Amino acid sequence: MTTDTAVRRTITVAVPPERAFTTFTAEFDRWWPRGHHIGQAALDEAVIEPREGGRWYERGVDGSECDWGKVLVWDPPARLVLGWQISSEWAYDADLWTELEVTFTAEGPNRTRVELEHRGLDAYGDQMEKMRESLDSDGGWRGLLEQFAAAAVES
Amino acid sequence: METYRQRRALQALGDPTRREIFERLTDGPLAVGELAEELPVSRPAVSQHLKVLKDAGLVFDRASGTRRVYQVDPAAVAALREYFDSFWGQALASFRAAAESQPPTAENQPPTAENQPPDQEAP
Repeated sequence: MTTDTAVRRTITVAVPPERAFTTFTAEFDRWWPRGHHIGQAALDEAVIEPREGGRWYERGVDGSECDWGKVLVWDPPARLVLGWQISSEWAYDADLWTELEVTFTAEGPNRTRVELEHRGLDAYGDQMEKMRESLDSDGGWRGLLEQFAAAAVES
Repeated sequence: METYRQRRALQALGDPTRREIFERLTDGPLAVGELAEELPVSRPAVSQHLKVLKDAGLVFDRASGTRRVYQVDPAAVAALREYFDSFWGQALASFRAAAESQPPTAENQPPTAENQPPDQEAP
């Protein structure tokens, strides 16, 4: 068993790829969940700059800006890759590196499949794989799982 | 309840000292005293961090002879993935609703700043 450190999600939208891409990027602020911001101030606007090397960031109602990462691939209307450098506490962390890739594929004249992959989640505990290996190698995997199960039942 | 637990796990790992403690524990179970010797934090501080990690479901403790040792919970990776899976599911549903509804400005009104070349500067 290998540890999969990516999350994949697919959704189909009843619009052409151009429209889907525009919604995802230029209209990012229209759909981004409002509760997910990293600054102290409430979220005013979430922005993806429309070019490779651009920033994607939030602006709070107090005017402060907080980076989320960089635009790594800007290939409208087919593909977008963003560096996601947001820590598990919703704070920008220059040392943290995960990637978000979004592809837009036409499935009909008015139908687009949007595939999202958030990969490199092991960066959140870059020790995750090592953890798994050490658990496997010392033969403690099964016993540990049993203990976990017992602990889970107790609590 | 799962979502709540995943959130707790992520928040717990957001602290650098707790990440460090968690990382040490990935090499094998350790007691509080052993962790305190290796880290530039006091024993009570280590205990406090371990409590947060334990409450978050990232580690658990057990008796080993006369000692109490802490070790990582192998379900941590799964919890992380579930958290993001659920988060992106929610975000994409919101995205679809936006894509399939007409934007208030983009289609039938004068260009907004977003439609112009990216030459404007942040205030």
